[in-house]
Amino acid sequence: MAIIHVDGKQFTVDGADNLLQACLSLGLDIPYFCWHPALGSVGSCRQCAVKQYRDENDTVGRIVMSCMAPASDGTWISIDDAESKAFRESVIEWLMSNHPHDCPVCEEGGHCHLQDMTVMTGHASRTYRFTKRTHNNQDLGPFIGHEMNRCIACYRCVRYYKDYAGGKDLGVYGSASRVYFGRAEDGVLESEFSGNLTEVCPTGVFTDKTHSERYNRKWDMQFAPSICQGCSVGCNISPGERYGELRRIENRYNGSVNHYFLCDRGRFGYGFVNNADRPRQPMLRRDGKLAIVSPEEALLNGANLLKTAKGVVGIGSPRASLESNFALRQVVGVANFFDGHAAAEGVLVKRVTEVLRTGPVPAATLRGIESADAAFVLGEDVMNTAPRVALALRQVARGKATQMAAAQHIPEWQAIAIADIGQHHKHPIFIATADATRIDEIALETVRSAPADLARLGYAVAHAIDPASPAVADLDAATAERASRIANTLLASTKAVIVSGTGAGSESVINAAANVAWALHAKGKSVELVLAVPEANSIGLAMMAAPGIDDAFKAIESGRADTLVVLENDLYRRAPKARVDAVLAKAKLIVVDHQLTETASRAELLLSAGSFAEADGTLISNEGRAQRYFQIYDPTYYKPETAIRESWNWLHGVRAAQLGQATVWTQLDDVTAEVAAVLPALARITEAAPGAKFRITGLKIAREPHRYSGRTAMRANLSVHEPRQPQDADTALAFSMEGHNGVQAGERPAALTPFAWAPGWNSPQSWNKYMDEVGGHSLGGDAGVRIIEPAANAPAVPAYANHVPPAFAAAAGEFQIVVSHHIFGSEELSTKAAPVQSRIPAAHVALNAADADALGLVDGALVSVQLDDVTVQLPLQRHAALAAGTMAVPMLPGVPFAVSGSRAKISGAARA
Amino acid sequence: MTADLSETKPLTARIVPGRAPLNLKEYEAVGGYRAVRKALKEMTPADVTKAVKESNLRGRGGAGFPTGVKWGLVPSLEKAPGKRYLVCNADEMEPGTFKDRLLMESDPHQMVESMIVAGYAIQATRAYIFLRGEYIEAAKNLNAAIAEAQAAGYLGQDILGSGWSMDLHVHTGAGRYICGEETALINSLEGRRANPRAKPPFPAIAGLWGRPTVVNNVESLCNVPHIVNNGSAWFLGLNQGKSKDGGTKLYGCSGRAKKTGIWELPIGTTAREILEVHAGGMKDGLKLKAWLPGGASTDFLMPEHLDLAMDFDTIAKAGSRMGTGLLTVVDDRQNMVSVVRNLEDFFARESCGWCTPCRDGLPWTYKTLVAMEKGEGRPGDIEQLEKMTRFLAPGRPFCAHAPGAMEPLQSALKFFRGEFEATIKKIDQTTASHAAA
Amino acid sequence: MSTANPSSNPSSNLAADVIKLADLVASASLPPSDGYVMSDEERHEIEECLHHYDDNRAASIDALKIVQKKHGWVPDGAIAEIGRAIGIPAADVEGVATFYNLIFRRPVGRNVIKICDSISCYLTGYDEVRNAISAHLRINLGQTTPDNRFTLLPICCLGACDKGPVAMINDDTHGNLSPDTIPALLEQYK
Ligand SMILES: Cc1cc2nc3c(=O)[nH]c(=O)nc-3n(C[C@H](O)[C@H](O)[C@H](O)COP(=O)(O)O)c2cc1C
Ligand code: SF4
Ligand code: FES
Repeated sequence: MAIIHVDGKQFTVDGADNLLQACLSLGLDIPYFCWHPALGSVGSCRQCAVKQYRDENDTVGRIVMSCMAPASDGTWISIDDAESKAFRESVIEWLMSNHPHDCPVCEEGGHCHLQDMTVMTGHASRTYRFTKRTHNNQDLGPFIGHEMNRCIACYRCVRYYKDYAGGKDLGVYGSASRVYFGRAEDGVLESEFSGNLTEVCPTGVFTDKTHSERYNRKWDMQFAPSICQGCSVGCNISPGERYGELRRIENRYNGSVNHYFLCDRGRFGYGFVNNADRPRQPMLRRDGKLAIVSPEEALLNGANLLKTAKGVVGIGSPRASLESNFALRQVVGVANFFDGHAAAEGVLVKRVTEVLRTGPVPAATLRGIESADAAFVLGEDVMNTAPRVALALRQVARGKATQMAAAQHIPEWQAIAIADIGQHHKHPIFIATADATRIDEIALETVRSAPADLARLGYAVAHAIDPASPAVADLDAATAERASRIANTLLASTKAVIVSGTGAGSESVINAAANVAWALHAKGKSVELVLAVPEANSIGLAMMAAPGIDDAFKAIESGRADTLVVLENDLYRRAPKARVDAVLAKAKLIVVDHQLTETASRAELLLSAGSFAEADGTLISNEGRAQRYFQIYDPTYYKPETAIRESWNWLHGVRAAQLGQATVWTQLDDVTAEVAAVLPALARITEAAPGAKFRITGLKIAREPHRYSGRTAMRANLSVHEPRQPQDADTALAFSMEGHNGVQAGERPAALTPFAWAPGWNSPQSWNKYMDEVGGHSLGGDAGVRIIEPAANAPAVPAYANHVPPAFAAAAGEFQIVVSHHIFGSEELSTKAAPVQSRIPAAHVALNAADADALGLVDGALVSVQLDDVTVQLPLQRHAALAAGTMAVPMLPGVPFAVSGSRAKISGAARA
Repeated sequence: MTADLSETKPLTARIVPGRAPLNLKEYEAVGGYRAVRKALKEMTPADVTKAVKESNLRGRGGAGFPTGVKWGLVPSLEKAPGKRYLVCNADEMEPGTFKDRLLMESDPHQMVESMIVAGYAIQATRAYIFLRGEYIEAAKNLNAAIAEAQAAGYLGQDILGSGWSMDLHVHTGAGRYICGEETALINSLEGRRANPRAKPPFPAIAGLWGRPTVVNNVESLCNVPHIVNNGSAWFLGLNQGKSKDGGTKLYGCSGRAKKTGIWELPIGTTAREILEVHAGGMKDGLKLKAWLPGGASTDFLMPEHLDLAMDFDTIAKAGSRMGTGLLTVVDDRQNMVSVVRNLEDFFARESCGWCTPCRDGLPWTYKTLVAMEKGEGRPGDIEQLEKMTRFLAPGRPFCAHAPGAMEPLQSALKFFRGEFEATIKKIDQTTASHAAA
Repeated sequence: MSTANPSSNPSSNLAADVIKLADLVASASLPPSDGYVMSDEERHEIEECLHHYDDNRAASIDALKIVQKKHGWVPDGAIAEIGRAIGIPAADVEGVATFYNLIFRRPVGRNVIKICDSISCYLTGYDEVRNAISAHLRINLGQTTPDNRFTLLPICCLGACDKGPVAMINDDTHGNLSPDTIPALLEQYK
């Protein structure tokens, strides 16, 4: 803590901050460009100038850059000082001398940091009369637009992309007034986190290309506080809608989770919401075809199907909300409600849940990962299963430089000095996976082996840490040595994170990772666990403790049940096609979904559900954080014929019709409350966000910024009379710009903040106005509630898992399948978004290069692969690193369902 | 060469114009590498630093920072064990400066010996001569000298049995004036873009590859063996009482003077002596209009300033900087607007592009001067230029490049305002006076 | 159990958390080469340079110069090749190549004239000399003669101000130039 004096007023600030950060945290405005809370200070833009005085008697002072000056005790500065103000205005004037002033056609307009800063400095008229420099733009792929003429050379893009996110293919070229930021040549930006460039860039150089074709201003967008559906990490997002279409997803600050950054799957994978083939009205099969029916008719038909059923089975979904899963559970009955994961995966997710709920080690938040100084990744290719975790792990590695610099009293924000002192030093990270990963370069050591051997390594590490944990029999010397190295490194850390998950398809791997974490805990070390699970609500579904999907299938197969209700789930992603075909052939099928999946297209009755854009609900992330996402817009406003309802609403309606009763649940809160009441493990989910009755000074919270325009005209094709805005009974949010708008920073609870805006701050930088301190936590607490924490009375010596698997032995003529994942293509919903589709790798299988040699197979050879009962032809990839004796079968369109751990046979020609 | 010369002109005593530089044998024959022997065998590293401190040797790269003090900032080996570096700033690119070239081309062994002694003082593990790429001859001669010194055991492992090891490399640059700024130089040496780094931390704490690093100018370093050999009192006396500073200085003169060239003289010699005695005065028919005391990034001085002693403090008091101490004389046929335009063209082009004032302010300055030169100046242009001089002053831009660019501009505006005013369009001038009224 | 250890020396002390960058660059981030193939000689020279530095990146400028010495300029494909040779991303090599003015990223003539346009040379007749060269070769600054014989470039102070006006042609520095000596001077370069 330090006392500083700003324009004669005294403030207490964090003395470890720089003056800019300290002043912004106090709510004082100083314009800036090159500084960013996550990137630190480099002092290049010179925008944040203030006057600094030696002491209270100094009247002359000198101009300093506030981002480069420490907020040390006894600092005297003035922001208001006339010379500093004039200088800051000049900086804008210089920047503008080359800026094209193309705001009217620029896609940054209205949420542009450069616009905000220009207004803030008061620069309003231009004296520069000479030519401007111009640049060519590059094609950077389907996600990011590039307009270099708008560049103000703040260097943030390269600092974020290269230094923070570890990207290699963005750089700065040229010198003097012609510096250029882009790729060495046109081409797709390779980083999985390229989308953050659109928010990191303070002007319109890097913009969201997916928004480009149907562009609208931020102030013309309707937002909702939402949660990414792309994986289990639960990043907070701020999706924007206009004219009934989702137009863009931006980051929504959550100080415990994603803070400033998202991955590209989450940001650009929203297109499934807008796809034309979505069921938007309920449909009933008539004469073999699905035909639109009224909602009432749909409910009656649903009720009839259930009434006349010999037996009903309901399959829930890890991509549907807790509320919707619960509604299904209620309509089919607890005994008939089944887990919607693939059978093997469901087992793993349950084990992960159990590890977190019964073990002594807490799940790490993303921010928690970043504060670790050692990490052990066991089995999980996080870049492809939980991408944002990979970005957090990079920060673990980078933390070493910060630590080394701190030893020389160099503060955390001195970005360049830290990198210089750190050089290639990194905090130790071990990555043990079946195949190479995209973050191998941050690893101190990588290990490649089959899941059983990964598990054995993990068990051995745990044993080396705590001999009370099970030993591994017949361990080879090299692995034993490696295990003790890893163990010693983890023991030497001040905080370790152990990263694993369901991705390797092996319960042993999860158990081994748990043992490592628990062993560290037993030794009194600070340790946290990151366990990735497949989908956005995998943990939530697992916590409902339903039996696995196999039992559901068996009920149909055995004839015990003849009617199947499927919630937001494509069964063809959960089991081999032949089996699903057979099950569906025997069952009357009701599907509630927002996508026309292969399963949905077989339905007798298809109920048109809301996606996260049209529905509210609660999800539980892999961190055990219950988070609520809120409906963004009401689709009937533009298309009154639309009959989209939350899945829980449909299912509850069917039940009411079946029982001939009125509906009991009238709004989301009713369902959430009942879930909490019925399932004690989920009791606290009601705290994930304030309920529908929440008001600020009697007002609901507006989903639209208050300059939202065109409302009276936007529906004129239907009627020139502007109807009443849709009402939202479910939440404390209004479909309107009327309502509370968060003019006073921090007034809206974080969980109910749809978009960031503060007076003078229209860009994403305005999130900084919603925090206890800039870059810290949301005022009033970060959104969501952690419902899984280690029990306070957890035993000091944990109950170690003790099923050490035997060593993997390659079998002649067979390969062990390891399902591999890809950030683009393995997740169901984002795969339906056109921009993502162009990034999906072609279907293939992969073998270790030596194994391929033994079969005489060259790269690209078309091979016949026998997986379970199906045989498919796929091109072969040779992977140098892939564990010998295994076959990587990617979860990609065009590749049949496969299960990790099962065996595949291969035959094929050495044809490229 | 006589003993006499090495007494009064230690830096250039061994240089004979038109003759190849001395090889190792010849250099040793006239006392070369004696300082290395003396330092390594008779002195501790701290002794060497102390001697340099006491000699009051001030950096000849332009800023005049005391060399011994700079070395003293390097943490002790106990505090910061491991690698540390000595870097010779041989990037000489300041317009009007041509002294380091002479020292390296004509007496490369002196340079090498200097690196060894200085390296010893800071216990460097490696040393680099950061040489500008265009100095082909200097690179050749230095590399030959290094090879000879290495073979003779003056470089490499366990030098002269002292237990101290250092290797020395010539790193040739690829252009760009900003590489001469010491932190930009470090970035360049690391194979990066030559953007300067923030100070603190200073290179002495965290420099090349994050390790303690000393960067010194060629001429500064070349004084070191002589200080070690002859003592600091001798060095202080070289000024012949003309200055508070010690030693000699390489002074020179370029522009339209009779005998342009370079001379080693007692530090504090007057500019008049340099111009009128050594350079023989202005060419016939030309009068001195203004002069730059030491490179493009120093303020113009006027003929009435010629009697000033050319040392750091005296020239600073007159409102300029001694800089590199090589005069550039401007004759009376020159238009100052054009002269300044030439200078600002240089600075705008050589900006590294890191910070806003320099990257965008200098091209604006240059373009304004081009317009004025063409007679297309507008009312407000002079004020605009003055605003630049205020807002590109030290501390506002990131490094000293842009402030350097403002020095000739602000002094030209001060001394020759009329020439700038004359470029403002007549028609606009009436509007201007209306506006002013 | 198969192992891929990113440390160049598999038996290295793993407690030391230093990784050699050279082993880490994802080859995917390098653009395809445009037919440029690095010769063994170039590669060897570059590898020699690596010994001079405590970090491979430092050799990037040397590497660019080595390629340029051989080809006259740095062809597009060489950027990625250099990146591979020293283990840094192509974007970083290009960032360096385009920063420094002695690295040519476009073809130049057989002989490159670098004429000093800094202050002392300006004061002693740079304009006349440049005009004379331009007139003689019929090219402006930044241009190459159609026969590829000369490229004319401006350069900042060459550190020979006492001999102004000065120009470098290839590796030779020529001082005290005047318009009438230009034709004979240029004649020396074929
Ligand atoms: C833009 C700029 C260019 C510089 N160029 C040189 C140079 O070419 N040679 C040099 O010795 N110092 C140059 N300097 C000064 C160096 O930064 C540094 O002060 C000097 O090398 C220190 O050496 P000294 O203490 O021995 O003088 C330059 C400074 C700036 C700001
Ligand atoms: S003043 Fe700024 S742009 Fe200019 S050279 Fe220094 S850091 Fe680079
Ligand atoms: S100014 Fe031209 S060589 Fe010095």
